[in-house]
Amino acid sequence: MVGGGQLLLSLLTGLADAAGLFFVASGLTVIFGVTRVVNFAHGSLTMLGAYCGWSLISRLPPTPLGFALGTLATMVLLAVIGAGLEIGLLRRVYRAPELFQLLATFGVVLMTQDIVQWLWGVEDLALRRPPWLRAFVRLGGARFPRFDLIVIALFPLVFLLLWLVFTRTRWGRLVRAATEDREMVAALGVDQRLLFTSVFALGAALAGLGGVLMLPDASANLGMDLTTVTDAFVVVVVGGLGSLPGAAAASLLIGLLQAFGIMLVPRATLALVFVVMAVVLVLRPNGLLGRPPGRGGVLGEVRALVRPAPHVLRWLGLAALILAALAPLLLGPYALAVGTEMLIAMLFAASLHFMMGPGGMVSFGHAAWFGIGAYASAFAVHLLAAPMPVGLLLAPLAAGLIAALFGAFVVRLSGVYLAMLTLAFAQITWAIAFQWVDLTGGDNGILGVWPARLVAGPRGFYWLALTLAVAGTLGLRAVLAAPFGYTLRGGRDSRVRAEAIGLPVTAIQLTAFALSAAAAGLAGGLYAYAKGSVFPTYISLGHSVDALLMVLLGGVATMSGPILGALAYTGLYDVLLSATSLWRLALGAAIIVLVLAAPEGIAGGALKLWQRRRPA
Amino acid sequence: MTRGGPEAPVLAVAGLAKAFGGVAAVAEVSFAVARGEMLALIGPNGAGKSTCFNILSGQIRPDRGAVYLNGESVTGLSSRAIWRRGVGRTFQITATFASMTVRENVQMALISHHRRVWRFLRPARHYFAAEADALLAPVGMQDQAERAAGELAYGDLKRLELAIALANAPRLLLMDEPTAGMAPAERGGLMALTRRLASERAIAVLFTEHDMDVVFGVADRILVLDRGRLIAAGSGAEIRANPEVRAVYLGSGATSGGH
Ligand SMILES: Nc1ncnc2c1ncn2[C@@H]1O[C@H](COP(=O)(O)OP(=O)(O)OP(=O)(O)O)[C@@H](O)[C@H]1O
Ligand SMILES: [Mg+2]
Repeated sequence: MVGGGQLLLSLLTGLADAAGLFFVASGLTVIFGVTRVVNFAHGSLTMLGAYCGWSLISRLPPTPLGFALGTLATMVLLAVIGAGLEIGLLRRVYRAPELFQLLATFGVVLMTQDIVQWLWGVEDLALRRPPWLRAFVRLGGARFPRFDLIVIALFPLVFLLLWLVFTRTRWGRLVRAATEDREMVAALGVDQRLLFTSVFALGAALAGLGGVLMLPDASANLGMDLTTVTDAFVVVVVGGLGSLPGAAAASLLIGLLQAFGIMLVPRATLALVFVVMAVVLVLRPNGLLGRPPGRGGVLGEVRALVRPAPHVLRWLGLAALILAALAPLLLGPYALAVGTEMLIAMLFAASLHFMMGPGGMVSFGHAAWFGIGAYASAFAVHLLAAPMPVGLLLAPLAAGLIAALFGAFVVRLSGVYLAMLTLAFAQITWAIAFQWVDLTGGDNGILGVWPARLVAGPRGFYWLALTLAVAGTLGLRAVLAAPFGYTLRGGRDSRVRAEAIGLPVTAIQLTAFALSAAAAGLAGGLYAYAKGSVFPTYISLGHSVDALLMVLLGGVATMSGPILGALAYTGLYDVLLSATSLWRLALGAAIIVLVLAAPEGIAGGALKLWQRRRPA
Repeated sequence: MTRGGPEAPVLAVAGLAKAFGGVAAVAEVSFAVARGEMLALIGPNGAGKSTCFNILSGQIRPDRGAVYLNGESVTGLSSRAIWRRGVGRTFQITATFASMTVRENVQMALISHHRRVWRFLRPARHYFAAEADALLAPVGMQDQAERAAGELAYGDLKRLELAIALANAPRLLLMDEPTAGMAPAERGGLMALTRRLASERAIAVLFTEHDMDVVFGVADRILVLDRGRLIAAGSGAEIRANPEVRAVYLGSGATSGGH
């Protein structure tokens, strides 16, 4: 039985969690509302806030006043960093398609990870806790940290303050007007640059506040950027993009559900948040308090003319294919293993490109399909004792079928909401793989997924991977060039026009979603046999982000983009990893340079150069 | 033959009404269009013309009222279903596929019309290319067939939309401000072409237009909408003489030559 004291304790814990979520998420939602930038670096700002706060507060007297001063100083520092980020990077990409803004913020995430590690080291940094921070209050027999009560009190305080700023000041009214209608504000002759910079500074300061307040109960650590940004995105999306009251309501909902969820279904905790988000998005496609996106929508604004590949490119591709086929005669086993991984990455990236480029459906959780494919193969080996061909058939089949079911909910959404629903699904799948230990082995994974004798050596498996990955990638390309693919692209370009000429947009999108998942599943199946094992990490957010990076690096507009992107990304990754310990810094910097220099991606940039040299 | 028999008008509208958040955009509108007839729907900005069009083509569901095509009710059907019944349309804010060429845009309409959407292997460019060019020629877009729709001038987009709208051999053509963005000289040409197509192929045409020279030049009949209500209907001469219409137009400032 659960006592009243326990209930009260859960309630307070939930409220404290909700407050923490709100500080970070409010910054994110305000930034999104005004600039329309999907700021994946918001978690990195929170992480910076935690680390800067740790450094400042550790040097101040261990009193409440010292803590408060340290917190305020951190917020100011983060505001400066946020403004610098806006002026130095994001301002330059507002005009670029939204997907490249996303790519730029990924670059910031990578760079920040290494900068923080370089400045503060790899150890988790906990705050030395003076007595006032360690104090408890007694509540009906239970003890509750006094500091958490302060955090709870800050929640309504910060909300009210923000609310007053947004409703009572001229600046706040401009921010709200800009959230509702950007063009109108531009027409009013407001200095947009200053508005955007100041909004970013405010958002970053809020992220910093969130980061500092995490210190007393936890610590500053290098993993907090991705976990925080995921949670913050969930809150923002559940509340409705750009809505401050929405963010507050969603923080409460999620914080409380988490606190009580632990009590009721301890095993479901990892997935709970995402289940909530999935349910909200299915019932309310624009979040609790969000409004339908206006014209233009969010994410996926790529409308360049798509042409068949020039002949030179076809010959180049053929030459590369012949070279790749001959590679096992020239290369050693290690290089072949790397080659196999590159081929699998290529198919994985091509499958994501299929739905997010021509399909206009950006996925933050594409690793789910890769992972489902991998687990399907592993189950085929272990539960069915099936031979490899069956395993490799089950992989795309399982991913495709599950996607066809789940996709019915996905294709009703668009933009960030759609992306977040795919993320929710991936996180739920990950949690199942992680927590259903009896079936999946949990963290230990499933071992002994070995390929058939015929292709057991590195050469044989390389050839198998080459055949299947190239066939899969070329197959996807062919489908894109056929009426099906054109219809998919038509639905993305103009849904209104597509339906006005009778094109079945929703059915086409759903089919494309399933096809894309099946191809990713095949990549996952291949990977399982290549590695001989399957782990929950295949489904992690990091792996989904890898796929996004590959596609965005290569460029969404051209069909050769994801191929180049996958090869460049895995290649760059291997080279950087062996050349420098600061490989994230280098990769992030490379991404940012690329975004600023070639917002069309590698393939798009190359195509542009090519066309410039040969005027049509 | 159609259920309504040969006598039924191509399009008949009865008591159509649609409100947005309490504001009546369209209120109790009824009219009909016959085969080969050009009917102009005019009215000041915000009168409800586009809302009418969007109801007729299935983009918006009406609150009340009914829409009949050849005597058959299509009220509340999806825009896809209505298109299948032979209704082509152009949009006030043009809607085309920006990542495709002009020809490919028309090919898509033909692929849909001939039910070739679910084809996965043969490249789309091999489908109905000649037929697409045949549709582009009369609207004067054949020279630009290879250009990206995303980079066309506004007037050319309108022409492309007309070609797309004709791809399913429509019985009813809905044109929302077909000549907006064109030079005055071009406007007459495009509407004369529409006029010719309408009589040759017995297409009923309903169009909105702010340029009164164009309206009085080609329309067989004119409907005047003001704040969602039909305030007048008749020939050009009757409309010109109508005091209520004059009041509306003098009051709103939208006159001959419009925008
Ligand atoms: N989706 C919508 N939501 C809310 N109000 C709408 C919507 N669409 C139209 N309205 C309103 O309905 C009224 C009629 O608009 P409509 O676009 O039909 O006018 P119109 O006659 O086509 O005007 P114009 O000549 O400017 O094109 C206007 O007051 C408009 O603001
Ligand atoms: Mg209109």
